[in-house]
Amino acid sequence: MTATLQLSLVVGLAAELFPNGVSHYAVGGLLVGLGTAVIYFGTGIAAGASTFLESTLSYGSSLSRFQQYRPSRDWRVVFTLGIVAGAAVYALTFQSGLVSSGLYQPATTGQLYDVGGITLWLTDVQPWRLFLGGILIGIGTRVGKGCTSGHGVCGVGSASSASFVGVATFLLVAIGVAQLVAALGVSP
Amino acid sequence: MSAEHEQHPLFMPLVFVGGLIFGFGLGFSHMAQPEVVINFLNFDDFGLLFVMGGAAVITGITFFGIGLFRERAPLTGSVYARRLKTLDRNVVLGGGIFGVGWGLSGICPGAAYASLGVGNIFILYGIAGMFVGAYIQGFVRSSRADEDAPATAAD
Repeated sequence: MTATLQLSLVVGLAAELFPNGVSHYAVGGLLVGLGTAVIYFGTGIAAGASTFLESTLSYGSSLSRFQQYRPSRDWRVVFTLGIVAGAAVYALTFQSGLVSSGLYQPATTGQLYDVGGITLWLTDVQPWRLFLGGILIGIGTRVGKGCTSGHGVCGVGSASSASFVGVATFLLVAIGVAQLVAALGVSP
Repeated sequence: MSAEHEQHPLFMPLVFVGGLIFGFGLGFSHMAQPEVVINFLNFDDFGLLFVMGGAAVITGITFFGIGLFRERAPLTGSVYARRLKTLDRNVVLGGGIFGVGWGLSGICPGAAYASLGVGNIFILYGIAGMFVGAYIQGFVRSSRADEDAPATAAD
């Protein structure tokens, strides 16, 4: 009796905390880790996604700050093109409904649209939020030495104290800001 | 890490394949959708914990486990080293600025590139913003470095 009650509490809590299930989140996360691990195994590089911004600017800018990234700028472009292509493969398969799995949950946000039989996805979040947020992200990741992949995945995976501090900082601040924005009635 | 390390014919293909798996994972997990990130930050759906957590567990096992079998990476000859950055004020300051941007927009660099791949062309506003931000930061850093150059040679 008590066991049944406890089980139903756990199930109820899980439904509350994870209304869309957890499998697609977990599988996606494992793949993100696997992609990082493949590059690390082959090259010894713990790749983060935000340095691409600075390294790519070195192609067009002679500012001294960007020149230190010249040696790595080519592979960072390739890494980023890989990310775009990987997401496009996902769009072509699961997002388009060509492939399905019990571990996968279809999108419930934004809008789906079709181009040449491929189902694509579009955000409802307003452009000014994306642009202004982008500027702050561009500054913040460069000052703070990493982003969700550099600090959050590679750094935490390395048990780096700087990354634990970085992740705790941006996570707590982001939670505060997102709640404030929602409280102000900005949606989406 | 220098350019001659990239001479191995499989270097770029491997980096691309790694990016491919990484981007597919971001699409599959819906982290490429800013709304999902914003829902997470608003405590409406804690699923994203599994994305970052799952990814960090896999990289953690790889980063710590690989050294038991090999010393150097096959394609570059680089010694396997963990990703360790110095902990200073900048980590907190930059993390705070990034946090404001992440909370406002629901995007982060890797997920933004992936978002473009799933067809979200509006994400170009965000990516353009990131380049503007990185340029501003680089501009300020470069001018400071030039001012400091006579006094302190190394950054």
